[in-house]
Amino acid sequence: MADRRAGTNGIGVYAADGREDVVVRGARRSRLNGFGVYAVAYLVFLYLPVAVLPLFSFNDSQYVTFPLKGFTLKWYYALADSQGLLNGFWNSVKVAVSVSVLSTVLGIFAAKAVTRYRMRGRGGLIGFIMVPLVIPEIILGISLLITFSLGGVALSLVTVGIGHLLLCVPFSMLVLISRMEGFDPSMEEAARDLGENAWGTFWRVTFPIIFPGIVASLLLTFTISFDEFVLAFFLCGTDATLPVHIWSQLRFPEKLPSVLSLGAIIVVASTIVVFTAELIRRGGVQLTPSRL
Amino acid sequence: MPAPIITISHVFKDFGSVRAVNDANFEIEQGEFFSLLGPSGCGKTTLLRMLAGFEVPTRGSIHIDGRDVTVVPPNHRPVNMVFQNYAIFPHLNVASNIAFGMRKSGLSKDELAGRIEEMLELIRLPGYGERTAMELSGGQRQRVALARALIKQPKVLLLDEPLGALDKKLREQMQIELRQLQQQVGITFVFVTHDQEEALTLSDRIAVMSQGDVLEISTPGELYEAPGSRFVADFIGTMNFFDCTLSEFGNGMASATSADLGRVHAVCDAPPAAIGESFVLGIRPEKFQLAFDDAGATENAVKGRMGPSAYLGDRSHFYVYLQDRDEPVSVALPNLAKSLERISGAGQDVWLTWPDDAAVLLPGEEQTGRQ
Repeated sequence: MADRRAGTNGIGVYAADGREDVVVRGARRSRLNGFGVYAVAYLVFLYLPVAVLPLFSFNDSQYVTFPLKGFTLKWYYALADSQGLLNGFWNSVKVAVSVSVLSTVLGIFAAKAVTRYRMRGRGGLIGFIMVPLVIPEIILGISLLITFSLGGVALSLVTVGIGHLLLCVPFSMLVLISRMEGFDPSMEEAARDLGENAWGTFWRVTFPIIFPGIVASLLLTFTISFDEFVLAFFLCGTDATLPVHIWSQLRFPEKLPSVLSLGAIIVVASTIVVFTAELIRRGGVQLTPSRL
Repeated sequence: MPAPIITISHVFKDFGSVRAVNDANFEIEQGEFFSLLGPSGCGKTTLLRMLAGFEVPTRGSIHIDGRDVTVVPPNHRPVNMVFQNYAIFPHLNVASNIAFGMRKSGLSKDELAGRIEEMLELIRLPGYGERTAMELSGGQRQRVALARALIKQPKVLLLDEPLGALDKKLREQMQIELRQLQQQVGITFVFVTHDQEEALTLSDRIAVMSQGDVLEISTPGELYEAPGSRFVADFIGTMNFFDCTLSEFGNGMASATSADLGRVHAVCDAPPAAIGESFVLGIRPEKFQLAFDDAGATENAVKGRMGPSAYLGDRSHFYVYLQDRDEPVSVALPNLAKSLERISGAGQDVWLTWPDDAAVLLPGEEQTGRQ
């Protein structure tokens, strides 16, 4: 289910589930079986590189090497003082918020059309919209850059947003189509039958039922846009987004620890976001029992 | 006679090259329990959905309560529907589900709460208002779906196989409740089902449909005892068919010969065919009498051999093989005395007899076309 895929933003969540399972079984049998060893190794591989970020962000040295020197928060203070970084952060937030909202709205329309209407060429159309998922971003970036310059469009956050929209709409569609397919169209018909027009039906029935899918789509597309580098690199002009700014900072060794502290903040923030999203998703209306 | 509540005038519905409904043309009376009965794909649900407004007829018109609603959207029709899977809103509790359609009713909060309580009483689920849809059983959901539709006080309630998802016991109980409810509220019910027993139990009148055609509209008794076509006779209950040739007709009595049955006579109002022409004689399984010895009858009697049987508690079903006929004759008898003796009688010679008013005379094959 693409719905669950959205949760893979929540890899952490499922991994956590898996680990719990291992612990319980390990306790019961008082030893780890082969699968348990594999799962633990997998998790270590997955999280060790991520753990490096916070570790060195508190290290009182500009070089990322062992042994650790001492605890400091100065890299975090430096972060707050870096105007370029803050600009990049707000640029990314602006783009990601607009892109996630727009692509989710478009995704709702598309999912509704695809799941609710008898359409000719339905399969072909879906395939066509999904193509940006498999085109290498660098190709997409170059072709967009050429298109914009041919059209005389100045590069800015808007052009980045357009590029990200292209990338994000397929994800929104996947998440929302699966949610729409999961609930019975007769619910919407029942709302119509009970006197609601199309608009009322959407707000009183469709929206609350697909709400977890909408949240998933918003989060998924927000993260995709927020950390997207290749398209942004080609299309941002002088308005660097956060990933582009970080990349530009890597040339200066003294800036690296600050980048690490920024990374640590982002990891913590996204973990919180993903757990929240997962809670919302689980709290969402269960669809299966109502279908008997 | 009061004006009909629904008038369906020459309604056709095509989906691409498939004709789902072919020239439906009938009326439904105020207060009737009217069923659309037919096998799946016969067009009954399409017809119901056209009454609800979810489909627009390709041709023809539909009037409900004197108003042409052919192209009126569902939210502007004086009808409400109970869906096959009930379509209870999963994000709302029972009370909110029932109140869903009352947003523009102009009732105050207290009045509405009172109405909801009345509806919960009506469906015999008092105190269930705060439950969520997930906590309800199939039968309870079905009743909530009914309440949600009935609180709108529709002119007509449409029901799309509402009992299909329930198990047999619950279904039988809901059938009785549904019928009582309909008499209580006095609203016209249009009920779609493929279950002929259900249609017979519930309906004032039944329209039998097949492949988009409305074949016959009649009361349950008429459909069972005097079906107008071989398809209807076959679809409603079980019927044994015998090809016959009419030899004589007079005084409401037809005499005929049949390769399977020999000489037969049967009561009928009009000759089923011209003298010397063939027709079909239909006899229901329960109209036969069965004996293990020759009673000496020469007409409406036939000798056969007892085949396999099935014991069903209150009655038993038997297959009786006739000479020169591949298809066995289906016989159903109440389990009175000596039932077990009959069941163990496979292979024995038996005699079937039937009264002269037991048979249904149907036009020959070439007029109706074999199904």
